[in-house]
Amino acid sequence: MPIMSVEDFSFTYAAAPARSLNSINLPIKKNSITSLIGPSGCGKSTLLRSLNRMHDLYTNNEYEGRLMLLNETTLEMENILDIKKENEFIQLRQRVGMIFQKPTPFPMSIFDNVAYGLRLSGIKNKTELKDRVEDALKGSALFGEVSDRLNKSAMGLSGGQQQRLCIARAVALKPELLLFDEPTSALDPISTAAIEELIVELKKDVSVAIVTHNMQQASRISDYTAFMYLGDLIEYGETEQIFLNPREKKTEDYITGRFG
Amino acid sequence: MMEKLFKTLSFMSATLVMVLLASIFISLFNSAKPAIDEFGIGFIKEKEWGKEVPIDNPVSTVVDTTEQKKVEPAPASDDSLEALLGGGNDDTPMKTIYGGFIPIVGTLLSTLIAMAFALPIAMGIAVFLAEIAPKKISNVVGIAIELLAAIPSIIFGMWGLFYFAPLVQELVGGYQVSLLTAGLVLGVMILPFMAAITRDSMKTTPDVLKESAYALGATKFEVIRDIIFPYSKAGIIGSIILALGRALGETMAVAFLIGSVFSLPSALNSPTVSIPVAMANSFGEATGMKTSALFYLAFLLFIISFSVISVAKFYFLRKDK
Repeated sequence: MPIMSVEDFSFTYAAAPARSLNSINLPIKKNSITSLIGPSGCGKSTLLRSLNRMHDLYTNNEYEGRLMLLNETTLEMENILDIKKENEFIQLRQRVGMIFQKPTPFPMSIFDNVAYGLRLSGIKNKTELKDRVEDALKGSALFGEVSDRLNKSAMGLSGGQQQRLCIARAVALKPELLLFDEPTSALDPISTAAIEELIVELKKDVSVAIVTHNMQQASRISDYTAFMYLGDLIEYGETEQIFLNPREKKTEDYITGRFG
Repeated sequence: MMEKLFKTLSFMSATLVMVLLASIFISLFNSAKPAIDEFGIGFIKEKEWGKEVPIDNPVSTVVDTTEQKKVEPAPASDDSLEALLGGGNDDTPMKTIYGGFIPIVGTLLSTLIAMAFALPIAMGIAVFLAEIAPKKISNVVGIAIELLAAIPSIIFGMWGLFYFAPLVQELVGGYQVSLLTAGLVLGVMILPFMAAITRDSMKTTPDVLKESAYALGATKFEVIRDIIFPYSKAGIIGSIILALGRALGETMAVAFLIGSVFSLPSALNSPTVSIPVAMANSFGEATGMKTSALFYLAFLLFIISFSVISVAKFYFLRKDK
């Protein structure tokens, strides 16, 4: 069952001469990891950033088609492109979290970083905040390393720890879908392995879409893979099939390293 | 060879700063020395400026006074101002005392008014330009702000005296030239600096940091409050320091507006004097101890500016560690 269904979706940046995404159709399945791969400029990040309407922070970008998100209480699919009001945007972004390329700790304490989204969502009770922050840090395999310095600045953590902190910050809101935009591209191999392990661990509770440049990463952690090229979705399937037995010549050329 | 030359040149340029600072400090101190010896640290709380008082040292002058009392008072010449003012015995040896309390208070209060007025407005302008306004409007207003910063202070003084001061008087009563008008015009003068520097440092907030907050469901206001302000804190402090430096030392505009009278302001809308204005107005005809007292004021202004800026710098910048 898809948690999100991208249907005939096209996207044009403000003042760009042509579409950046052409009529994409793609399911993002529940409690699984879907990776988006493709050479630079193929539109994979653009697609990912559409899924929580991040493009709306900048004016005059143009969406076409539908982005259907599962409403877990009514079990109906709702088009997030219909969203217009600010409080609906806030709800959407609390349901669809996002982790960025570089770790982005806020200039505040470790605790306050994780509690940030919770406080915004209106949680004021101190014990509840503390419990949710601890759960999120434990769920992000960070609690053991930082439990004795929760009130220290998050800027003092290592790059890998900062990225796990950002994951904890997103996880704390109990999102339904988490979007990862090349989350390990700024990290060393050991930190990368820790993040990958964590993402696999997370899919018990949350669905994941991840953009990655690293094809080994896509094949290691994802259940489904979508290959994109110049704004088109070339091929989508189970990861094993895409990597071992691609149907399209373009996909094969890309994953065997003939271009990219 | 070239490398060594560059190193030496840059080292010498840096040394020059220290030498200048030290030589200004020393020359101010030397010129102020007679006044420092005469009035001591009590200068800063002495409210009188240029008042003649009898020398009243009971131990060293006891003989002199008795001797003088025996002498018949000489008839005062008709045009003697001291005689007309009366008060004391003409033959009592007099000295003039100078105290810095009023100009010090005037300087600090006018700066405080300027900061209280300019800081919130400057922050508002900066937030609007950096985050809210569409690019075109932001550019136009940005240029206007920079032009405002380029206006010479004497123009602010004239504008303040002829157009702004009557307005202030109409609104709050009191005098046209007063602590309040001087402080407000000073605020207008430092406003563009603070707004422009704060805007520039707000603009350096990385997009991805702002997006991270939006991605957690933050509103624009929350992003400005929680991300942009903390991130650009160093720039904001920098702008406050520059503004403080300018406000404390501003002479021309304040000279037009503060009233230049050595009296403690009884209210915000009454006139007083500030250190730079006292110096600018009095150096021309000053001699002897008065000159030295003015240098003492200058020395104090140097110390005040220096310590205000140091406190601002160390206190605020240490906090984010």
